[in-house]
Amino acid sequence: MATIEIEHITKIYPNGSEAVSDLSLDVADGEFMVLVGPSGCGKTTTLRMVAGLEDVTEGTIKVGDRVVNDLSPRDRDMAMVFQNYALYPHMTVADNIGFALSLRKLPKDEIRTKVEDAARILGLTEHLRRKPGQLSGGQRQRVAMGRAIVREPAVFLMDEPLSNLDAKLRVQMRAEISGIQRRLGVATLYVTHDQTEAMTMGDRVAVLNAGTLQQCAAPQVLYDAPTNLFVAAFIGSPAMNLYRATVDAEGSSLKVGDQTLELPIALHGERPLRSLAGKEMVVGLRPEDLSDAALDTNGHGGAGQQLVGTVELVEALGSEKLVHFRLEAEHVRALESIASVEGDAEGLEAGEISSAANVNGVARVEPASRLRAGEQARFAVAIERLHLFDPTSGAALARPVTDARRASTSTSS
Amino acid sequence: MSAEATPEALAVVPARSTVRRRRAPRRLPHGWALVREILFYLLVLIAVAISLFPFYWILRTSLESNAEVARGVGGSNGLLPSHLTFSAYSNDFNQQHFLTPLLNSAIVALGATAVTVVVASLAGYALARLPIRGAGAILAFILIAGFFPVLAMVGPLFLLFKELNLLDNIYPLIIVYLVYTLPIATWLLKNFFEQIPKDLEEAALVDGATPLQALRKVVIPVAAPGVFTAGILAFILAWNDFTFAVSFLETPAHFTAPLAIVNFGQSQFQVFYNRIDAAVVIITIPIALLVLFAQRRIVSGLTTGSFR
Repeated sequence: MATIEIEHITKIYPNGSEAVSDLSLDVADGEFMVLVGPSGCGKTTTLRMVAGLEDVTEGTIKVGDRVVNDLSPRDRDMAMVFQNYALYPHMTVADNIGFALSLRKLPKDEIRTKVEDAARILGLTEHLRRKPGQLSGGQRQRVAMGRAIVREPAVFLMDEPLSNLDAKLRVQMRAEISGIQRRLGVATLYVTHDQTEAMTMGDRVAVLNAGTLQQCAAPQVLYDAPTNLFVAAFIGSPAMNLYRATVDAEGSSLKVGDQTLELPIALHGERPLRSLAGKEMVVGLRPEDLSDAALDTNGHGGAGQQLVGTVELVEALGSEKLVHFRLEAEHVRALESIASVEGDAEGLEAGEISSAANVNGVARVEPASRLRAGEQARFAVAIERLHLFDPTSGAALARPVTDARRASTSTSS
Repeated sequence: MSAEATPEALAVVPARSTVRRRRAPRRLPHGWALVREILFYLLVLIAVAISLFPFYWILRTSLESNAEVARGVGGSNGLLPSHLTFSAYSNDFNQQHFLTPLLNSAIVALGATAVTVVVASLAGYALARLPIRGAGAILAFILIAGFFPVLAMVGPLFLLFKELNLLDNIYPLIIVYLVYTLPIATWLLKNFFEQIPKDLEEAALVDGATPLQALRKVVIPVAAPGVFTAGILAFILAWNDFTFAVSFLETPAHFTAPLAIVNFGQSQFQVFYNRIDAAVVIITIPIALLVLFAQRRIVSGLTTGSFR
C-alpha cells in the first residue's frame, strides 16, 4: 500500500534550536519501524513532521510516491495514536471511532458497520455507548487504536501509546498492537523511549540521539553490533558495562584499571586493532557476558579472561541474579543529551562520553551463584563478545563477530 | 514473624481487618475549643445576615401595601409587613407597563450575549492557538478597553449616534454593550481554550477535519463550560447597564428595565418604595434563573476521559 521515505529532513524551530538534523529513513510497506531514543532526541518531532503537524525546515517526506511536505494532515491518509490518546470527551466511544468516517460523509450504516468491526477486533463492543471518561486506561488506549484502524490508512503513526499504562497492561498491549499491525499489514512508525518496546515490537529500530540518527537496524543487530557508544549503552537492559581501557604495546591484551584482559584471536588479527596498540579505548561488556567464575559453567574464566571486582549489591530475580560490582577502573557513561549533563561535566557535547565515579557495573549470573554484597568476586568474561569503542568519537572499533553482524542491514554514523 | 501462629489464630482469618468495626463517634470539642467553634459559626452567621439583609429588605418592602409604605418602618412590624400583598407587583405590570421595558432589556441583553459569545470565541481561540506576534499586547489592549471608565465614553458616543440618527433606539445598545462584555468574555475564553490540550485538535486534524471543523465539532463542545460562563457574564453585564441606557434612550416605551425603575414610585406626595423594590425583584429573577440553568452546564472535569 504505501512506503514512507524520509529524506534528509531537518527541523529548526523559530528560536533557533535544531530538533532534527539531516535524518533519512525508509519504512517499507507493512514494516513496523520503531523510533527510539531518550527524551528530547527528536523522535516525536519526526513523527509529527510525517503527520503534518509540524513543518519540515529542510528535506522531503514521501508517502507512496507522493511528496507530502505541503499537504495538510487530513490529506495525508495517515492515522495517529497519541500518547495521551486525545479522545473526544464529549462523544461516545462509537462516535469517537467513527468521527473520521463521519467527516468523510460516509453513509451512516457503513460507518456503523466499520465501527462495530473495529470494536470487535479490539474487544470494545460492550463499551460503544459509553463516554471516554467512564473507561479505564487500557480501554481508552484501545479506543484510540480503534479510531486509527477504522480509517484503513496508508500509514499508522504511534506516539508512545503505551507509556501511560501500568507494566502488566503494557506487556499485554505490546502483543496486541503487534498482532493488529501484522494482521493489517500497514506501514507503521512507532515512537517510544522504552528500549524494551523497541526491541520486542520493531521489525527495524532507528535509534536517535539529539536529533541525529545513530543506527537503524533489526533489533538483534543493534544488540550484537552497535555502531557507536550511544547505541551500545542505550540498547540492552541492564546497560552495557563501559570502562576505559588501554591496548597494550603488542595489541594482544587490554588493561582495564589494573587488570588485564586477553583479547580474542579474532580481534588480534584485525588491522585496526594492531594500529591502536598503546591507545586508549572504551571497552564494553554486556552483563550477560559476565558470569560467576566460581560456577565454572561455560569454559570461560581462564587466566586472561577474568575480572575481579567488589560486589556492592545482589538482586535476585528468581531466574537470574543481577550483581552490581565495582571495578578499580574508570567507568564511562555515554551522555544522552546536554540536558542530562551534571554540573561538573559541562562543556561536553551530546554524544560524548564522560567519566563517572561510583557507578557500578552489572553482571547477570546464574541463580546458583553464591555471591554476596561486600565480597570479592571473580567474573568470567565471554571474551569473544567484547566491544571496543573509540573514546572521542564513540564509534565502534571492534565488535563480536556474530551471524547478526554479518547480516547487518543499513547503518549510519 | 508473628508470634500468634497458633492453631486458633490460623483457623479463621477474616478478609478484612476487624480492628475498627465501629467508627468512633465524633467528640465535641471541650472548653476553649468549643467556645472558639461557637464564635466561629456565629461570625459566619453574622456575615451571611449582613450580606443577605439588603436583599431581604427589598423583598419585604416589595410585598407591602402603599399605605404601609407611607407609614414608614416605625408603623409596621419591622422585619415583616403586617399584610403581605402583591399590589406593588400588579401595579408595576398594569399601570406602569413594566413588561415593555423588560422585553426591551431582554432583547438587548440577549443580542449582546449572542454577539459576544461568537466574537469572543473566535478571538479567544485565535489568541490562544495562533502564533501571533504581539498576541499578549492585543489581549492587554482588549482588557484595558474594558477597564475604561464608561462615563467617559458616553459623550462621544452620544454625538456619534446623534449624527447617525440612532438615538432613542434600543438596537444600537447591543453594539454599545459589547464594551462591557467583550473584554472579559475574550479573556475568559482565551484562558479556557489554552487549557484544552492541543492533542485534541491535532487528533481531529489527522482524522480529516479542517481547522474550522475541528473548532466547531471538538473544541467548542469541550469548552462548553467556558462558553456558557462567558455567556452568563455577558448577559449579566448587559442586563444591568444603566449609564448607556439613560444617555441614549428617551421615550419611555424604549426604556430598558433599569431605566424604567427610576420612574416608578415617583409621585408628588409619596415615594412608592414598594413598587421600586418589586421591580428590582422582577429584574433579578432572570439572572437567578440563568445561573441556575447554566450551573448544570458548567461541569467540572472539563476533559475527563479524553486523556489517560
